[in-house]
Amino acid sequence: MQQRTLPYLLLLPATLFLCVFFIYPFLLVAWQAVSQDGALTLEHFRTMAGHWKFSTAFWNTMLLALAVVPVQLALALFMAALVTRMGAGRDVILYIWTIPLGISDLAAGIIWLAIFEQTGFLNSILSSLGVIDQPVTWLGYQDKATIFLAVVLAELWRATAIVLVILVAGMGLIPKEYYEAAEVFGAGPWKRFVRITLPLLRPSIQTALILRTILAFEVFAVVAALGGTNLPVLMGETYQWQFALQDRHVAAAYALVILAISIAFTLVFLRTLRVPKEAQV
Amino acid sequence: MTAVTATETVAATADIRKRGRLVFAATIIVLCAWVLAPIYLLVVNALSSPDQVNAFPKSFVPGFETDSIAFFMGFAGVAKALFNSILVACITMALSIGLGAPAGYALSRFEFRGKGVFRIMVLMTRAFPLPLLALPLAVLFIRTGLDDTALGLALVHTTLALPFAVLITFSLFSGIPVELEEAAWTLGCTRVQAFRKVVLPLVLPGIAASAVFAFVISWNEVFAAAVLTIENRTLTAFLLQNLDVSPLHLKFAGGAVLVVPALIFIFAVRKYLFAMWGIANR
Amino acid sequence: MAEISIRNVAKQFGDFTALHSVDLTVADREFMVLLGASGCGKTTLLRIIAGLETPSQGEVWIGGRRVDHLPPRQRGIAMVFQNYAVFPHLTVFENIAFGLRMQKLPQAEIDRRVTRTAELMHIGQLLKRYSGQLSGGQRQRVAVARALAMEPDVILMDEPLSNLDALLRLEMRAELKGVLAESKTTTIYVTHDQVEAMSLADRIAVMDKGLIVQAERPIEVYRNPAARFVGSFIGNPPMNFLPARKADNGSWRVAGITFKGPKAEREEIAFAIRPEDLSHAESGLPAEVRVVEPLGPHVLVTCDVEGHLFRAVLESDIVLSRGDIVKLAPTPDRIRWFDPETEQSLQVH
Repeated sequence: MQQRTLPYLLLLPATLFLCVFFIYPFLLVAWQAVSQDGALTLEHFRTMAGHWKFSTAFWNTMLLALAVVPVQLALALFMAALVTRMGAGRDVILYIWTIPLGISDLAAGIIWLAIFEQTGFLNSILSSLGVIDQPVTWLGYQDKATIFLAVVLAELWRATAIVLVILVAGMGLIPKEYYEAAEVFGAGPWKRFVRITLPLLRPSIQTALILRTILAFEVFAVVAALGGTNLPVLMGETYQWQFALQDRHVAAAYALVILAISIAFTLVFLRTLRVPKEAQV
Repeated sequence: MTAVTATETVAATADIRKRGRLVFAATIIVLCAWVLAPIYLLVVNALSSPDQVNAFPKSFVPGFETDSIAFFMGFAGVAKALFNSILVACITMALSIGLGAPAGYALSRFEFRGKGVFRIMVLMTRAFPLPLLALPLAVLFIRTGLDDTALGLALVHTTLALPFAVLITFSLFSGIPVELEEAAWTLGCTRVQAFRKVVLPLVLPGIAASAVFAFVISWNEVFAAAVLTIENRTLTAFLLQNLDVSPLHLKFAGGAVLVVPALIFIFAVRKYLFAMWGIANR
Repeated sequence: MAEISIRNVAKQFGDFTALHSVDLTVADREFMVLLGASGCGKTTLLRIIAGLETPSQGEVWIGGRRVDHLPPRQRGIAMVFQNYAVFPHLTVFENIAFGLRMQKLPQAEIDRRVTRTAELMHIGQLLKRYSGQLSGGQRQRVAVARALAMEPDVILMDEPLSNLDALLRLEMRAELKGVLAESKTTTIYVTHDQVEAMSLADRIAVMDKGLIVQAERPIEVYRNPAARFVGSFIGNPPMNFLPARKADNGSWRVAGITFKGPKAEREEIAFAIRPEDLSHAESGLPAEVRVVEPLGPHVLVTCDVEGHLFRAVLESDIVLSRGDIVKLAPTPDRIRWFDPETEQSLQVH
């Protein structure tokens, strides 16, 4: 009797919590987005889409994700491959490479601000090399391209670590025998990577991609630190509508857009990188 | 003749090997520099006086002045924001372990109906941009009096940290053979006693690591903190709010204060980092 | 007094029936071995007796007390697990003392019992070590000592030797037998190793597909298998079976030879003989030799009798080679007969 109820008892607090603070708020935010004074309306979506910043923010967010995530995945795969071939010092290197994991996006933004601001380190180097006479403004309101680049660099710097950790953990689950067998059958290092590591790593790659893509759509503080509102992104606009423009409904509509693209991409990754249960390690 | 060629080939291969190793080491060093240099530059700024920070061109060695940090710490609201950040992070830590560990234990020890549903709900949280929860909750909190409180924000941060806590503790408990508990039962323990005397001592380090992880998640979170707090800003919310108005040296000192504890914590849990993510994959 | 009585116990896991209505009585101080292949339900039965599993139906009595609703700690049992379950965060001393501390015994008594059982299991010099510093065999000794220190009425053992290497297993087997005989507890011991079962048991309960097929003294189980399964499971190599056609009332033709047998209303039954109960003779079952394996004291000959696999253990001085036709004569009083449908043994009257 006790045996049967105990697991439910143990799950109850977490379940209740997730219902109240996860499922319910999402229903609430959805309702906020499509209602006005208790009546259904698409007015908020119209307001959102009609605002001149919306499509810029949408495409900026998409482009950022597109520029950051694939490079991150490649870089993390490369780093993970290096780590697996490392002997002594592996732990130290891994620790160093995962340091950004503990750094908040806001701090990362500030860190890269120290490099790109007008009296920052980039200008200092360039001027000492004699490339420029006057400090260049990189992050001004007209410098969308360089702000974009700075954000991409900051995101690459900050969030590659999480992909790396997931991939290294995944590689740790692949039995060594497979590599030895492949080597015996004549596969070189590159072939082994492509034919064994990559396919067997697919679940980890899937997790990393989902996690990173969703986080990329949530990009906010890095952009705020480096570009202020000069580079509008979805999450930043949500914040603007909530506070500066005091319109919760439109903010909720933004939230639903972010949610929709997050879920859409998650589904795409789940589908395209699906690993049949029978074929898992 | 053949002997000579053979030696030459061996020498050539050794040469390629050596060069390969050199490239390998160089790549690793470059990647380390890529990670470390920006942090170093932030530290340079934080340890320089405001004048040095705003000077041009800038020195690449810190002036070892504590003015900036002192100015930052003395700045109105910073001490309080720091306190709030720690408070919120501690509540988040306690909530996510307190709620997550029992669930992790249940998942690792029992087969029951609804297990799959719960797991899916936990995994689903990953496909959602969780900081957005702050928007509807802001309204809800105003109604319940939780608005602008540490607890209110901690509740949102817990939704971020709880799924990790569940999955990590699940893997921790799964690593402890059931037989150890069963042996304790046959030796006279109740379920609770067996848990306390056998399971708990074995999982405690791992639980501590996941608590630290929850702390860092909360400490670093910006969006929900900025949305949900007005008077009781956390450090991240405070810095975000003052980004446009505060002078550079204030930002950099703040950035450094934000980074340092996180670094220490990540160092403390480094051993568990990979084990955590290895399981969180599933 | 700790007689164990299992009455009509069954266990379902979802759609899977692990145990069909099992009855078994283990006498006080008896050493009972549950023997069977993996998945036969023997471990489930043991875990039900221990209280680690709840039976779907039936009753478990220990020492005249019904215990099936009690948690393990109130059943007066101690258990030794297959993977030893030695607590890794406690020293060997504290492991052995664990149950005694739960009983809140005085320290002096705990010291006495730990020292005594540790000496008994030859681990007296390891008391300060942790499990991680022990070999598999030493861990097993700790696990047994921990159970013995409880001075329980009943000791339950779940394949305790199966994780040890062969030589160590042999050594521990003999030691266990001595220690347990001395401790005078009732023991239930689960194993899939028939040699272990034969050598340790007062009685063996052979299990198959969630049922106890036969529960008798080892030699009975060996000589007079109650069912075809028992004969084919116990003995290495196992029993030989050949089809027997009815010749006339009470006699049966097996591979062209007529044997006296049971009176059964069947056209065909199964003739069974153990490989060591065959001898090379002038007349007997005609067998074509396939493989000859000299084993030292004997030679194991694998043959073909009318298309059926047939093994014989013969004197080692015999010279045979592949393709030879030999006559194998069964020792008459060792022949057994089985019903082809119920697979139960048929008695010769």
